[in-house]
Amino acid sequence: MSESTYWFQPPPRPSKIPLPPEEPKIPPVEISIDGSKVVVPAGATILDACKKVGLDTPTICYHDTLTPVNVCRVCVVELDGSRTLVPSCSRKAETGMVIKTDSERVRHSRKMVLEFLQSSVDLSTAPQIVKQAERYGANSARYGESATPAAANERDHRHAGHHEFPPGNRAQTVAQPPKIDNDLYVRDYAKCLLCYKCVEACGTDAQNTFAIAVAGRGFDGRISTEFNNPLPDSACVYCGNCIGVCPTGALSFKSEFDMRKEGTWDESKQTKTDTICSFCGVGCTLSLHVQDNRIVKVMSPGEQEITRGNLCIKGRFGYSHVQNEPDKDARTR
Amino acid sequence: MDIKVTGPEPTELERKVVDGVLGSAESAWAGGKRDLEREGRISLLGGNRARSKRDQLLPAFHAVQERFGWIPPGAFNYICKRLTVPPAEAYGVATFFHMFSMEHRPSTEVHVCEDIACRIKGSEALCENLEKAHNGSNLVGIRKSPCLGLCEWAPAALILRSGESYEGGAIGKATPEKVQASLDSGKLPDRPKFPDRPKFPDRHWDWLTHSVPQMGESQLRLLSRIGSVDPASVEDYHIQGGFEGLAKAVAMGPLATIAEVTASGLMGRGGAAFPTGKKWEAVAQAQGSTKYVVCNADESEPGTFKDRVIMEGDPLAVIEGILIAAFATGAQKGFIYIRGEYPLAINRIQNAIDAVRTAGLLGENIQGTGHSFDIEIRKGAGAYICGEETALVNSIEGKRGEPRNKPPFPVHVGLFGKPTLINNVETLANIPWILRMGGAAYAGIGTGNSKGQKLFCVSGHVKKPGVYETPFGITLRQLITLAGGTSGSAPIKAVLLGGAAGAFVGPENLDVPLTFEGTRAIGATLGSGVVMVFDQTTDLGEILVRIAAFFRDESCGQCVPCRVGAIRQEELVARLRRGKPNGSAADEVVLLGEIAQVMRDASICGLGHTASGAIQSALKIFGNDVLGESRS
Amino acid sequence: MFGAGGGTNSYGEVEKTDVILLWGSNARETHPIFFHHVLKGVHNGARLFAIDPRRTSSARWADSWLGLDVGTDIVVSNAVAREIIASDLHNKEFINHATIGFEEFARSVESFTLEYAERESGVPAAAIRDMAHAYAKADRAIICWTLGITEHHNAVDNVTSLINLALLTGHVGKYGSGLNPLRGQNNVQGGGDMGALPDRLPGFQHVEVDAFREKFNRKWNATVPPKRGWNLTGMFHAMETGELKSVYVIGENPLQSEADRTRTEGLLKSLEFLVVQDIYLTPTGEMADVVLPAGAGWCESEGTVTNSERRVQRVRKAKEPPLGARDDVDILFELAKRLGHDWGAPNSKDIWDELRSLSPVHAGISYDRLDTGHGLQWPCWDESHPGEMFLHSRLWEKPLNGPPVSFTPVAHDPPVEPLTPEYPLRLTTGRRLDDYNTGVQTSGFSSPLRRGETLDLSPEDAETLGIKDGEIVRVVSRRGAIEAPVRTTQSLRPGLAFMTFHFQDKVNTNILTIDETDPKAGTAEFKACAIRVERLGN
Repeated sequence: MSESTYWFQPPPRPSKIPLPPEEPKIPPVEISIDGSKVVVPAGATILDACKKVGLDTPTICYHDTLTPVNVCRVCVVELDGSRTLVPSCSRKAETGMVIKTDSERVRHSRKMVLEFLQSSVDLSTAPQIVKQAERYGANSARYGESATPAAANERDHRHAGHHEFPPGNRAQTVAQPPKIDNDLYVRDYAKCLLCYKCVEACGTDAQNTFAIAVAGRGFDGRISTEFNNPLPDSACVYCGNCIGVCPTGALSFKSEFDMRKEGTWDESKQTKTDTICSFCGVGCTLSLHVQDNRIVKVMSPGEQEITRGNLCIKGRFGYSHVQNEPDKDARTR
Repeated sequence: MDIKVTGPEPTELERKVVDGVLGSAESAWAGGKRDLEREGRISLLGGNRARSKRDQLLPAFHAVQERFGWIPPGAFNYICKRLTVPPAEAYGVATFFHMFSMEHRPSTEVHVCEDIACRIKGSEALCENLEKAHNGSNLVGIRKSPCLGLCEWAPAALILRSGESYEGGAIGKATPEKVQASLDSGKLPDRPKFPDRPKFPDRHWDWLTHSVPQMGESQLRLLSRIGSVDPASVEDYHIQGGFEGLAKAVAMGPLATIAEVTASGLMGRGGAAFPTGKKWEAVAQAQGSTKYVVCNADESEPGTFKDRVIMEGDPLAVIEGILIAAFATGAQKGFIYIRGEYPLAINRIQNAIDAVRTAGLLGENIQGTGHSFDIEIRKGAGAYICGEETALVNSIEGKRGEPRNKPPFPVHVGLFGKPTLINNVETLANIPWILRMGGAAYAGIGTGNSKGQKLFCVSGHVKKPGVYETPFGITLRQLITLAGGTSGSAPIKAVLLGGAAGAFVGPENLDVPLTFEGTRAIGATLGSGVVMVFDQTTDLGEILVRIAAFFRDESCGQCVPCRVGAIRQEELVARLRRGKPNGSAADEVVLLGEIAQVMRDASICGLGHTASGAIQSALKIFGNDVLGESRS
Repeated sequence: MFGAGGGTNSYGEVEKTDVILLWGSNARETHPIFFHHVLKGVHNGARLFAIDPRRTSSARWADSWLGLDVGTDIVVSNAVAREIIASDLHNKEFINHATIGFEEFARSVESFTLEYAERESGVPAAAIRDMAHAYAKADRAIICWTLGITEHHNAVDNVTSLINLALLTGHVGKYGSGLNPLRGQNNVQGGGDMGALPDRLPGFQHVEVDAFREKFNRKWNATVPPKRGWNLTGMFHAMETGELKSVYVIGENPLQSEADRTRTEGLLKSLEFLVVQDIYLTPTGEMADVVLPAGAGWCESEGTVTNSERRVQRVRKAKEPPLGARDDVDILFELAKRLGHDWGAPNSKDIWDELRSLSPVHAGISYDRLDTGHGLQWPCWDESHPGEMFLHSRLWEKPLNGPPVSFTPVAHDPPVEPLTPEYPLRLTTGRRLDDYNTGVQTSGFSSPLRRGETLDLSPEDAETLGIKDGEIVRVVSRRGAIEAPVRTTQSLRPGLAFMTFHFQDKVNTNILTIDETDPKAGTAEFKACAIRVERLGN
């Protein structure tokens, strides 16, 4: 390369700010929500419109960075002319729609969905769902006491189709012992409400590793690796992106799981600081959760365009070199 | 992409069986032999092309299941590699269907129907007896099955035998002795060896005469050829008026064809009763050059067997309907999704497709028209939900049979994301008739919005159960009379219309016209044409127990209202049935109603929407005691 | 060539492009989150080409993989150029408008026929042709590369050959089209931007341009030497000649990260004075006269880093460093004080503001703006400027804004160390997903994926050598020998071996590697050395 004068000079400033080509303009959409008019851009969902008017719409399976699967149905609203309620998280707003978000039907469905979840899933680490359940007056006691938890791996062998008719006096649940098969993750499926988020995060929405999928059918549906193999035998690459999106704490970092177990996990004593991962040049934002000067959890903000909340194994777990553990080799600080 | 499999390599035989469906492996990265000359430096099969084979997942699983009686891990791993499908996802698909097993199973399995029509004919005892006889056997397994679509033969059983030549055969009016005799002789009652072309008339003729009591009667249209036409003969079909409709369609062109279908007023016969012409028009007008026609032959609604009878007796009518639909909508490829429990129908349809292809009506540039079209059968593997059209589409794509949220509708975003026409078997069988008669003439038959002739699946306590064809307008009482009236001396207690997803009607409503609007007026539904009659000897509580269990077994589990609702409904029914409510029975019935409402309002698909309908209708008609009436 | 070193696109553009050439990069493992964007692009229909001797986990996602011989990148890129020109697919309008030197360039690639390229690189002609046509015909196309391009003795030529392709097709300066080196650490980009280059002041202002230097002289009230310094290779060379006697190492572990460890160790030992400032007592630190324990830059101090899409981002202090360790900036301030310059109390914002006042491309990037969003991309000319999403849009302005860009012919120069009967295997090095560089920072967590160091071989080579999977063998190069277990993998073809350098305490791969560096960039040829494999006990 010749060292022309040019090489000594930084490039000139472009006369226009470089921008992506303009998208064709589609007129905005006007809908009515609980009697008031809302204008949202074309392509926006009913949920977007609800947010715009400041409505607190409960969501569980919805996540900003994931394709809506609309399976939890807690965000349903009443749409004039529709026989059934519609999921606000995925239904696109269309001009002329008349929406009710607080009708008797809507309140009933939300209450029942939350009640169903409460009666079948351990929500002890999902306070935001419990709060919504209280808001809608869910009362899971109506279904009786919880049935005996399943033995380890028993649910994983359930076959689709015929079931023995239940006694009915106790509510069947997904309770089962947690799966601990590696040093980084714990999968406590007694807390899993099958929102599909982890599967999406492991799949085409982010990680594209496809280590987990929904297996089985119906109430026996579960998140599983192939043949219920332990994670180290699966395709898992420990990016932790499934944990990042889990709404109930069914998936957690072993560090958090252990601290909760020994009673030392204390969010009130934790700080959260955003910084940049040092393990490559991509520039992923890390949200470091620090308790007692130790990093206890690493997340990434979903709104950051680089990560969209996702990290890799190094970003997620590569912090141990700054933990100042005693009793490690001489190199440790 | 990265496919990581853990566990055994396939055996030679497993490899051969999979290659039998998929052809030999293209690349070492897809399970083939490493050949550095060919792919030491390049990818023979990479990227999107490697990832586009997932729709072969079910066919591959079927081949392995049919050969080995289960899906051994080596074969499973090999399939994942061959198709570039991540093992976790493939496992999710395999475990969705009750006909696939990931654990070793006996090579012969007797599926005993435990559903309503068979249950009132003693299927439980049959099952118990067989289970006892084969307890612990590693040769024969007994499995309880949801409705096998053999309700006119209740109680029914289906024997499936894996091995070098997979066989399946149904046993009607099954007894432990009949089943045992069949097992002992090693011969299955149907023995449809794939894809041998049967001679006609074969001994299935008897089978059909029982299923179609009106056989040979002149007023029949959809059933007119059944019993007289060789189901695998294009010539025979042609002589009996076949392909006249197709010829007319081709002569008048796609637009006029759609206009005829629209004019006929034909409504979908699968249960949802959507105007067929509208669907066709939407697909024809949809953007994009790739389009599909899918025939929904996943007939699984308890009490329904009409589609099976058409496919067994006059499969070419279905093919002709598909050909006309493809011509009218501009589709290049058709699929018939048939439930795996219908081995004879699958056989008949396959033979019919082969015959039509031989006759030059399928393939590239059909008869020089420039139009190319072909049809493939896809077998279901035991999942009621796959009768829901978007679940069916997912299933063809090699995904779990979970319904999609609508909109978008399949006519715009369907199979492989392309505009797709999905019609039921009976709907498509009507098409040749509409073209032959003209839409207007067809619309002249029937009443109100219910045009044409309709097939009814009559079963339960009637003398001559079977498929009946009448013009719309016949009343329930007339239809029961046509079926010989009640089988015993006891009067009618209730009739289930529309199957498990339908509703009960009481004897006071026997004069309801069996039309879309007539049934709707009494809060019932025509659904798929199920008319199941129960006389006064019936313990309806037992029927409700089974309906609750059915939906708990068949809910796909995707959405909360249905996944948890179905099991809570079942538990509640169990409590009331056993007379052990939590608190007051009245409160429990209120709760049952609340469950019903959320399932109806907030579920994703029709399964959840209808899962409480029959139970609620029974409570409404017969009172809250209906569940516990046999309480002792 | 363009006057500023940085990825020309934003990651988001990779999702909206039509063709992606991933050249010498296993981004799936080394830049996993960038690869998420690549995969979005792939799912949106982009065709992905992977040019890599190994069929890596990235290449397995590609529509087309081109498994070239190590060090034949220019053969392939020049052949792509020739094929584009021969097929008349080059962007004549862009070439005429914004470039110079096309004729000479065209002549220089004339001999790179597809047949020649196939012979020399091993990649079938049809695959090269397909890539050439796809790249040239695409509306938008992006080239990304990593160390597979730059860890060669002719790294700059390799990069230049890729730039030539972009100029030839006009795939630069537009949304969704460009050239993107993926950086290895969170601040490789930023370090260069800040002037941590031998010839640059912050903001790519050349140290030998008087006007730039004077600006800094005025601000700093000191005189910037008007002469470029040494790069790392130059420094080691200067140690050898005795010109360099004292070294101050900050956050590097050259004893383990440099090629040819034996030589490196000798040179470091020969120094009169070695200071090492690091978060760990590294093996390099153990050799030092003075060790300055530092806090971890990414979580125990305040400041900024700049990523591969030129985004300046805030790093923040999340926790206290261990007792006795101090922030790097603290240490430097303290050192200045002891040397008689009191710079006051260190404050990262003040330091940044000083930079902004001196580097025009950073002028608009204020701490306030950084703290309210997720960073800003340079050039960002003033506080109302959003930052440039992609570089060189000026090349499409009519009339051309600024000088044209020059094609630069480059010749093929095979790896320095040829394969011989004595050393018949080509060893190339790289990284794995769960480990990082010399392993100092990643060895602390228990990764279920970690298998330790292995010598990866093709199943065929293992069989020829009679080696079983897992067997420990001796790996010998002209510079030394190490022992490592063998792992066979389909992703390698016969003749090609692979190792990482993550586990140097156990397996010191850099005993094998060759210290042959690019005179222009100073990068070492980690990607190509010649080895033989011996069974133990033989």
